[in-house]
Amino acid sequence: MRFPDILRFARDAATGYPLRTALSVLAMSIGVAAVVILTALGDGARRYVIGQFSSLGSNLVIVLPGRSGTGGFNPANAITSTPRDLTIDDAAALLRGSAIQRVAPLVVGSSEISAGGRLREVMVAGTTASYFAIRNFALAQGSALPEEDWGRGSSVAVIGHKIGQEIFGSNSAIGQWVRIGDRRLRVIGVLKPLGQGLGMNTDELVIIPVALAQALFNSNTLFRILVEAKSRSAISGARQQASDILKQRHRGEEDVTVITQDAVLATFDKLLGALTLGVAGIAAISLAVAGILVMNVMLVAVTQRTSEIGLLKALGASGRTIRLAFLAEAAMLSAVGALLGYLLGQLGAFALRQLFPVFPAYPPDWAVIAGLATALATGLLFGFMPARRAAQMDPVQALMSH
Amino acid sequence: MALLELKDIARRFQLGDTTVNALSDLNLRIDAGDYVAVMGPSGSGKSTLLNLLGLLDRPSAGSYLLEGRDVTTLSPDALAGVRSTRIGFVFQSFHLVPRLTAAENIALPMTLAGIPAAERRQRVRQALGDFGLENRADHRPDQLSGGQRQRVAIARATIMQPALILADEPTGNLDRHTGDEVVRLLEELNGRGVTLIVVTHDPSLGARARRQLRMEDGRLQSDSAQRPGAIAEIAPRPGGSVAA
Ligand SMILES: Nc1ncnc2c1ncn2[C@@H]1O[C@H](COP(=O)(O)OP(=O)(O)OP(=O)(O)O)[C@@H](O)[C@H]1O
Ligand SMILES: [Mg+2]
Repeated sequence: MRFPDILRFARDAATGYPLRTALSVLAMSIGVAAVVILTALGDGARRYVIGQFSSLGSNLVIVLPGRSGTGGFNPANAITSTPRDLTIDDAAALLRGSAIQRVAPLVVGSSEISAGGRLREVMVAGTTASYFAIRNFALAQGSALPEEDWGRGSSVAVIGHKIGQEIFGSNSAIGQWVRIGDRRLRVIGVLKPLGQGLGMNTDELVIIPVALAQALFNSNTLFRILVEAKSRSAISGARQQASDILKQRHRGEEDVTVITQDAVLATFDKLLGALTLGVAGIAAISLAVAGILVMNVMLVAVTQRTSEIGLLKALGASGRTIRLAFLAEAAMLSAVGALLGYLLGQLGAFALRQLFPVFPAYPPDWAVIAGLATALATGLLFGFMPARRAAQMDPVQALMSH
Repeated sequence: MALLELKDIARRFQLGDTTVNALSDLNLRIDAGDYVAVMGPSGSGKSTLLNLLGLLDRPSAGSYLLEGRDVTTLSPDALAGVRSTRIGFVFQSFHLVPRLTAAENIALPMTLAGIPAAERRQRVRQALGDFGLENRADHRPDQLSGGQRQRVAIARATIMQPALILADEPTGNLDRHTGDEVVRLLEELNGRGVTLIVVTHDPSLGARARRQLRMEDGRLQSDSAQRPGAIAEIAPRPGGSVAA
């Protein structure tokens, strides 16, 4: 039998039993759609996190107080129960590093802001002028924090866009006085609207000099030190220098953690990549289930069409021809199901993107290809047994069954 | 020359612990171009014989020479090849594929044999004309009358130009008139040289054949042509035409 004839024969057989065909196509399409949508979610999460990290700034090295597990277990650290705090002087010392371009100390806390009888809770970030450069913050109006002695801190604030609107409405905020905690500060700048950043909504942020923030929160420690390396290739040098300088200042103890954006990114990338893979694996199970359903449908088809198989044999069909005809039918069911599932999945991912615009829910190519290939492979694999059963039927018995 | 020759054929079926001897001690020789009716009571082994002759079934013992070749040892696919090119079947219940049109049903043996579509079309058109089915080409079996269905089935059985046509009660599901029509068609084919073997319960139909075989209990009880055993030396009869 010629190949196009086998395909036509299989197609006619499939369309001759619409309910049965629809059922297996549906099962297969749900399996493939699940793969497409779930991997779109997983990969969307990965892209989202990476996008957020990238928006933190470029060539970034971050210093956190305390030793994290990444360097291996050090008994000396285990004995010193409380890690040494990071101070403004620590931050200033980092400027000595030859690979280091900029340094910004960071203190974070929440406080209340009031002006003109309005009062609201805000996130307060205490930092320095270089913070704006490191994080690529642009100003809608006014200017950034002034370059000044980090230990002094003039009574000024830069406010987020939304805070500005809520407190001053359409009036210009520049030059106005606000009260933050027990301090009166003059607004010198308003940030451009940016939206959600990683864990910190800059539209609802107030940025003040670091010394002021420490006084406000009554502490002299830092939450983070942000370090910008001179170039992309200088990142690892900057990391080493920051580590060395702080170790020296802390009497030889490695009681800080220095992470690079790249390392964090790579970790998240791996983690969320694995998540996507796992999710794809779960979806693949539904594909296997669909394959089993196709097998059952084909077994029913073989039973229902026993007398037809007998006839084909009487008319001179070889076992191979009959096997191919039934395999082609199974392959067709899976292929149509896979295609339909692919469209459904893309539609679902599209709907997700419409509902959650910040979330880039695109299915990765590898998942789409693997999903389609698995669908076809399971269809053929599970179609094989019924096809073989049909080919091995005894022609007389088959002809007699009605 | 003999088209086919059966020697000491037996066909036994095992049903639980009883053995059914559907055919036993069967010796038979049928010449090319002959017209043979197989008759006998129900259960006498007529269909079993036809299935053996059509290579749908294998004998439990004995040998079967078809066109001089021993076919009892052929592989299933080789048997399928012989069925495809040398044997045509006509069944009592027509056995058309319900989802295919009359034309597609007629073309089916050629499709299975891998004959190119253009040649198939041409031969199907010819066959539709020969069997008076020109206006039924695109009808499905459920849109055809019984007689038309059997004509489609006969067209299908002849489309590969076989040497042998086996018909198991071809008129069993038809009324007298359409039955006669179908028989005439088969006899015309025989007139053109195709060997025709018909199983029938109808004595008048059986009487039209040139040679009558009577089965009983799986044995050949009588043969209008010869007494069993005296066949070998007799020359083939001239293939004279039979009044239709
Ligand atoms: N597959 C089978 N298994 C068991 N016994 C069988 C089988 N096929 C046929 N037989 C038996 O073989 C014998 C001959 O059957 P066969 O069908 O050849 O009879 P028949 O002459 O065609 O009868 P009818 O005129 O009713 O069609 C019967 O006794 C039948 O029961
Ligand atoms: Mg019978």
